[in-house]
Amino acid sequence: MTEKITGAEAMMRALEHEGVDVLFGYPGGSIMPTYDALYDHKKTLNHILVRHEQGAVHAAQGYARVSGKVGCAIVTSGPGATNTVTGIADAMIDSTPMVVICGQVGVAMLGTDAFQEVDVVGVTSPISKWSYQIRRAEDVAWAVARAFFIAKSGRPGPVVLDFAKNAQTGMVDYEPATVDFIRSYDPEPDVNMTDIERAAKMINNSVKPFVLVGQGVELGEAQEELRVFLEKADIPCGTTFLGLSAIPSDHRLNMGILGMHGNLGPNVMTNQCDVLIAIGMRFDDRVTGNLATYAKQAKIIHFDIDPAEFNKNVPVHLTVLGNCKDTLAAITKLVDETKHTAWIEGFKPYAEKEYNKVIDKALHPKEGPLLMGEVVRKVSEAANNEGIMVTDVGQNQLMACRYFKFTKHRSVVTSGGLGTMGYGLPAAIGATFGAPDRTVCLFVGDGGLQMTIQELGTIMEQGAPVKIILLNNNFLGNVRQWQEMFFAHRYSFTPMVNPNYELIAQGYGIPAKTVIERGDLDAAIAEMLATPGPYLLQCAIKEEDNVLPMTPPGANIDEMLLEV
Amino acid sequence: MEQDTTTKLYTFLIYSENVPGLLSQITAVFTRRQVNIESLNVCASSTPGAHKYTVTANCDERMARILTSQIEKRIEVLQAHFYTDDQLFINETALFKLSTPVMLKNPDVGRMVRFHNARIIEVNNTYTVVEITGITNDILSLFDTLKTMDCVLQFVRSGRICITKSRVEHLDEYLAAREVKRASSCKSK
Repeated sequence: MTEKITGAEAMMRALEHEGVDVLFGYPGGSIMPTYDALYDHKKTLNHILVRHEQGAVHAAQGYARVSGKVGCAIVTSGPGATNTVTGIADAMIDSTPMVVICGQVGVAMLGTDAFQEVDVVGVTSPISKWSYQIRRAEDVAWAVARAFFIAKSGRPGPVVLDFAKNAQTGMVDYEPATVDFIRSYDPEPDVNMTDIERAAKMINNSVKPFVLVGQGVELGEAQEELRVFLEKADIPCGTTFLGLSAIPSDHRLNMGILGMHGNLGPNVMTNQCDVLIAIGMRFDDRVTGNLATYAKQAKIIHFDIDPAEFNKNVPVHLTVLGNCKDTLAAITKLVDETKHTAWIEGFKPYAEKEYNKVIDKALHPKEGPLLMGEVVRKVSEAANNEGIMVTDVGQNQLMACRYFKFTKHRSVVTSGGLGTMGYGLPAAIGATFGAPDRTVCLFVGDGGLQMTIQELGTIMEQGAPVKIILLNNNFLGNVRQWQEMFFAHRYSFTPMVNPNYELIAQGYGIPAKTVIERGDLDAAIAEMLATPGPYLLQCAIKEEDNVLPMTPPGANIDEMLLEV
Repeated sequence: MEQDTTTKLYTFLIYSENVPGLLSQITAVFTRRQVNIESLNVCASSTPGAHKYTVTANCDERMARILTSQIEKRIEVLQAHFYTDDQLFINETALFKLSTPVMLKNPDVGRMVRFHNARIIEVNNTYTVVEITGITNDILSLFDTLKTMDCVLQFVRSGRICITKSRVEHLDEYLAAREVKRASSCKSK
């Protein structure tokens, strides 16, 4: 027996059917029928009112990253929808499962330049995994089921549902729908055992194998399969930013971070290994540097679930298509249990060189203003290296990724591909809902914080326990660093005149403290972590400090600068 | 991997579900990679529910491969492949609207139409409509000739249509494999 309900009510039931428990959103004219239906579902669908629609999508991203579930955002048409565009593009390039529901004018008004009408499907198609306009109440159940299936399966990504107002108000015989098969879309390709055997042979014949770990390992929940594979074949690895918590920071085979601001050893050894095994990563230009000289000596094997990533940036010798949870398990059976002791030892001199020239100075400065690295490491350790690291974008992000330590999976929330300033604060809010039992530490600069600072209102209303570590250097630090290095110190519009952040926090009822002296740092961090709920810890950071080491843009990846 | 690095005209055959909005998604893949589409034809295919896009563009083999995989990545695209001319049976159609008074004055116009195996499909005292099918060069050869005779009022040439010379029907194989997967996913529940 079915009953007639509105399309808006059908949307609520369809979301519940998909297991949604949190929605981040902001109401408006064209989504009002849906918000009216939501009023009756407040007990099951916890709606978090953000202060700007960009905050809703980034919060949904933060929620999805730490929980592995699909993040959900709901906004109105026109400006509400266009304000989500940055977050949709961010989720697309970082493979974050998300469903964005946008209100839309009724179909009779479509194309008339109606009030708050925008071609949402046209705008979002190129930056989303799937974008669909729901024009009839009858299509709600099917469209929502399909949206969630597409968002979470295969290589995850954002899906947009453009929900016309007449579809919200129209009546429908509702029946829950489930979609787990689409003829034109194969999210779980079968593992090709011939490729696995060929890959195993290449690895078994290798004397200097090196693994690149990407976020695909986390998305595929293959962290344990990765560890077993690495340990059996005794292969060292480096990780991308998004792959940081796929393997514990202190694992003996984890050699550090890849790419422009990564660690010296893994970058140098990328150009010395004989077999390079990339797992769930996409050879971003920030990871590879100059492609013409990237790992030219090596045979390259690429494991990925997305066939469009194969040979896109780096030509490879062998591709292994599939969920790495399956492909890693399969190859582990075929690789020899062996030791690559000498090869692994070869990373040590580079690690020591980087420690002496960069890391020691960043973590243990004797004098002068606070440095980002020491703050990050102290926060990480004070949270037993079990916290979730959320970052904004810029120096705060690079330093957080370099010096935060990870012991738990799914602990990285950062805008990797799009580099979205303003991502951090709302994403951290989402993370507190996605992982309510964990400590969420946000590292943010004085530039990025002000891009979405209105979300302090959401934190206030929800009491969201975001530990905000504001690394304030009164500069747009990363651009300033590039100006120093590549634009002859011409600091074009990078100095920041800042407000009194403690007063702002006070206005929102958020406890806050500023640390200037190194001697006060430990106690301030302890107080922040001991204070229930949100906290803003402002650290007065050395103004013109640089993130090192660095591979200059376009340079060879093994030619890292250790000093400027 | 050995790849042809010369730029040449590739033909992309793309099959998709019949849903609105896919054409712009497909053309956007070419635009984003700065590849100009030379011709485009879209129609229903012989497979029920599946649409066929025939796109030609100049690029090298690596780019053709990237374009194909990026197109296939779109959710409703069933399959995308790229071909060189020697792998295809190719045809195009063109229509000419010619001035009848000029034709009557200059018998070479009619001679050239017949020489190119073109067909007259309409005649009145103002204009004559001529139809020709063939490959691009045949059609452009007639066009260039008629242009010198100053008789062309209008000219239009269709996008390329083609079928593959291969004895394997990739789309049928793909759809059959998908149906097996659909059945096994139903069975496992």
